[in-house]
Amino acid sequence: MPDQSVLPRQFRVVGQRKRRPDGIDKVTGRARFGADMTAPGMLWGLVLRSPHPHARIRSIDTSKAEALPGVKAVVTGRDFEGGERDDVSINCMAGGKALYDGHAVAAVAATSKHAARAALKLIEVDYEVLPHVTDVDAAMQPDAPLLHEDMVTDGLQPPPDRPSNIAARHEIGHGDVETGFAEADEIVELSFKTEATHQGYIEPHACVASVSPDGSADLWVCTQGHFMVRNVCAAMLGLESSQLRVTASEIGGGFGGKTTVFIEPVALALSRKANRPVKMQMTRAEVFRATGPTASSSVDCRVGVTKDGRITAAQAELRYQGGAFAGAGADMGAMAIFTPYDIAHVKAVAWDVVTNRPKLAAYRAPGAPMAAFAAESTLDEAARRIGMDPLELRLKNAAREGTKAAYGPTFPRIGLTACLEAVRDSAHYKAPLGPNQGRGLACGFWFNFGGETCTTVNVNKDGTIGLSVGTPDIGGSRASMCAMAAEEFGVPYEKVRTVIADTASLGYNDVTDGSRVTFSSGLATIQASRQAIKRLCQRAAIMWGIDEEAVVWEDGHAKPASPNAGDFAPLSLAEIAAESANTGGPIAGHHEVNAEGAGVSFGVHLCDLEVDPETGFVKVLRYTAAQDAGKAVNPDYVEGQMQGGSAQGIGWALNEGYVYGEDGKLQNAGFLDYRIPVASDLPMIDAIIVEEPNPGHPYGVRGVGETSIAPPLAAVGNAIRAATGVRLTETPMAPPRILAALDAKVGDPDGRMTGQERDAPGKKARDGLPDDGLP
Amino acid sequence: MTVTVTTTINGDHEEFVCEADETLLDALRDHLGLTGSKEGCGTGDCGACSVMLDGRLVCACLVLAAEAEGRRVETIEGMAEGGELHPLQQKFLDAAALQCGICTPGFLVAAKALLERNPDPSETEVRYWLAGNLCRCTGYDKIVRAVLDTAAEMRSA
Repeated sequence: MPDQSVLPRQFRVVGQRKRRPDGIDKVTGRARFGADMTAPGMLWGLVLRSPHPHARIRSIDTSKAEALPGVKAVVTGRDFEGGERDDVSINCMAGGKALYDGHAVAAVAATSKHAARAALKLIEVDYEVLPHVTDVDAAMQPDAPLLHEDMVTDGLQPPPDRPSNIAARHEIGHGDVETGFAEADEIVELSFKTEATHQGYIEPHACVASVSPDGSADLWVCTQGHFMVRNVCAAMLGLESSQLRVTASEIGGGFGGKTTVFIEPVALALSRKANRPVKMQMTRAEVFRATGPTASSSVDCRVGVTKDGRITAAQAELRYQGGAFAGAGADMGAMAIFTPYDIAHVKAVAWDVVTNRPKLAAYRAPGAPMAAFAAESTLDEAARRIGMDPLELRLKNAAREGTKAAYGPTFPRIGLTACLEAVRDSAHYKAPLGPNQGRGLACGFWFNFGGETCTTVNVNKDGTIGLSVGTPDIGGSRASMCAMAAEEFGVPYEKVRTVIADTASLGYNDVTDGSRVTFSSGLATIQASRQAIKRLCQRAAIMWGIDEEAVVWEDGHAKPASPNAGDFAPLSLAEIAAESANTGGPIAGHHEVNAEGAGVSFGVHLCDLEVDPETGFVKVLRYTAAQDAGKAVNPDYVEGQMQGGSAQGIGWALNEGYVYGEDGKLQNAGFLDYRIPVASDLPMIDAIIVEEPNPGHPYGVRGVGETSIAPPLAAVGNAIRAATGVRLTETPMAPPRILAALDAKVGDPDGRMTGQERDAPGKKARDGLPDDGLP
Repeated sequence: MTVTVTTTINGDHEEFVCEADETLLDALRDHLGLTGSKEGCGTGDCGACSVMLDGRLVCACLVLAAEAEGRRVETIEGMAEGGELHPLQQKFLDAAALQCGICTPGFLVAAKALLERNPDPSETEVRYWLAGNLCRCTGYDKIVRAVLDTAAEMRSA
């Protein structure tokens, strides 16, 4: 991989807090999101969902629904049998079994919402209810209800001779952990559980599908990846890619949850059957019951340290359930769990498990937050055991340039120590704490991604720039693209307009995920701009009648490279563009790449909170997030990513979690009972942007979207430990759980052991430290 | 059963026909083409459909369309006066107080209602007033700052 980064340079536009180009439509209500589109003759589509967590579908009778006036189409799993029936397809519409409470089993399209609702009630499904399992540890038991009769654990030698709910086993590591633990003066071993959380984007999934009688189709949809939507839907419906044009609407949040399809192929199938456009919009309850929550997890973590603070070994077993289909992301957790540290002996084993829950979708650094909760809480305990400042322990062991990560790579320049030092030097770190207050620190890591990217830049005849990218703008990326193109061309930021082109207008682009857009669409934008600039120089050479090699581009103008090239006044971009018809036609640049060199990302979070000993209520008082952005193209939106991820992580830590009853049904499928943080729950979140340039990007950019959700769970847990003396090992760390832990502490003569530690004799958890947290 | 509703929306006389059990939000979005008010939950928990009804802040998803009869409805579409943005809209833009933007109309309508009632709110008052509006992108930091800064500017204007 070439070192893309240039020498330190002065940027003209990049790095400034420019106003986002899509902002005006969003503050006036004009922006069109998924549900804001209509089409002539449009029908309304609705989905019938399984009320059972696990049931065989004996039969579905749709005749009464079809006979209802206004109903124009009904589809079931049968309507998808002609296309590819992989996990995504079966998740969109059940086949022989309903695999979770909320699994789609049929859908209708009718002339009104009323008629569609009435029709759903007339569909008769004959279910044979089966035993279910929703907990990851229970699902791994040999006698657990089996979801898939053909699921044999991948990654075991020899292969098991019978099916189970364990989809796969992964192992990563290096060195020999027993050797490492033998070198340790103290070994801390703790077990953790996290409940599934939902991305909680405020915009429910919505789309408008229109299939013509000749098979050509259009789809308007809120998605993180319209090219992915096209490919998946085309395969499910037996269409060619060119037949299906997908347009990405404005997207009202996604956080990973809109990187797959749910209602889109259903809307297309209904439209094809009804021969009319169909609009579908999920209710909030459907979003919770049937779209991607994150994995729930159960993690055992063991860390060995010497008295002087060297981590000698780290070991973990991670068990994740990701709902009814394989792919819980435990492998990502295993790869991420100890990566912030330079440890000679590491072993992480990951188990990928299925249960009767909705299919997981990615959620911001998928798999990492629960891993970081375990590792960073255990490290916090280790720091207490040896009487060392938790930040000092981390700084002493932090991964740096040249560190070999247990998942494989040797790191180039990275920013973890710079983040730690930034937090150490912050006013927050030194501020005094009051009674019942505690301070917690945690680190986080995410890989970041590059991926397939394709960008076109057009030089308009009036000297403005039109930029087409294929990555939906989920957090302000159009502003970043405008800034990078303006930087290259040397034109004002306001002269560039960036659009998200539809799937008929650009080559394939991977979805907006992996914190990849500012990095990879930015990279492609810069390269496409450079190609267009080369052409601008060629056109100037034609206008001047000199060799193109004798023309350079500076400050938005073509200039003779040297006095020898001739004496010509500089030509502006607008002047060259105006003459383009006479010099060879339109001027454009294009770049396509499968981008590598995304540059890993680290963050460090610091949390102050107060615990009410009477109620267990936790109030977050102060929060600081430091993160390496490589180069912040627009600092406002980099801060926004850090603040937003922190808030989501705080919600995960304190409040959020799927609640399943004994009946296997989701108990809290609404924002009232699944409570995400509101404004009054949070303090200001101080964002410290660290800039260690990424050698894989021309400006040094690293992705910034995901890392910020990894540290908060442990930062909060460590702060609760500091405030109360009790170690919480399960999320959400809600008042009932905190009160129970406080009661257990009172009941313990030692007053120091947590319930979990008491349950594991031999794992000593005494320490002599006062419960005052950090200095 | 359908009903005919006569009402005033953003100062304009409007008449529409709706089902008796349809919400004001559905009427705004599906019958009147005013899609600036968003449906995030349909249960009054997210505030994305915040509108003013006779000067009172409500969730349009919790009001029946028929209840708008003879009343005054103000939505995000009426917040800017001609081409001139309301100071809150301008500040949200300048201060990057939005990311995806789906919650933004609701926040703006709610924040405007706050500043009309209390031109000098504390940070805590802003946070509690806006606690009925969910934002999942920003962590609220830049939103709260934008409202406080707008209040200060409007007081000194």
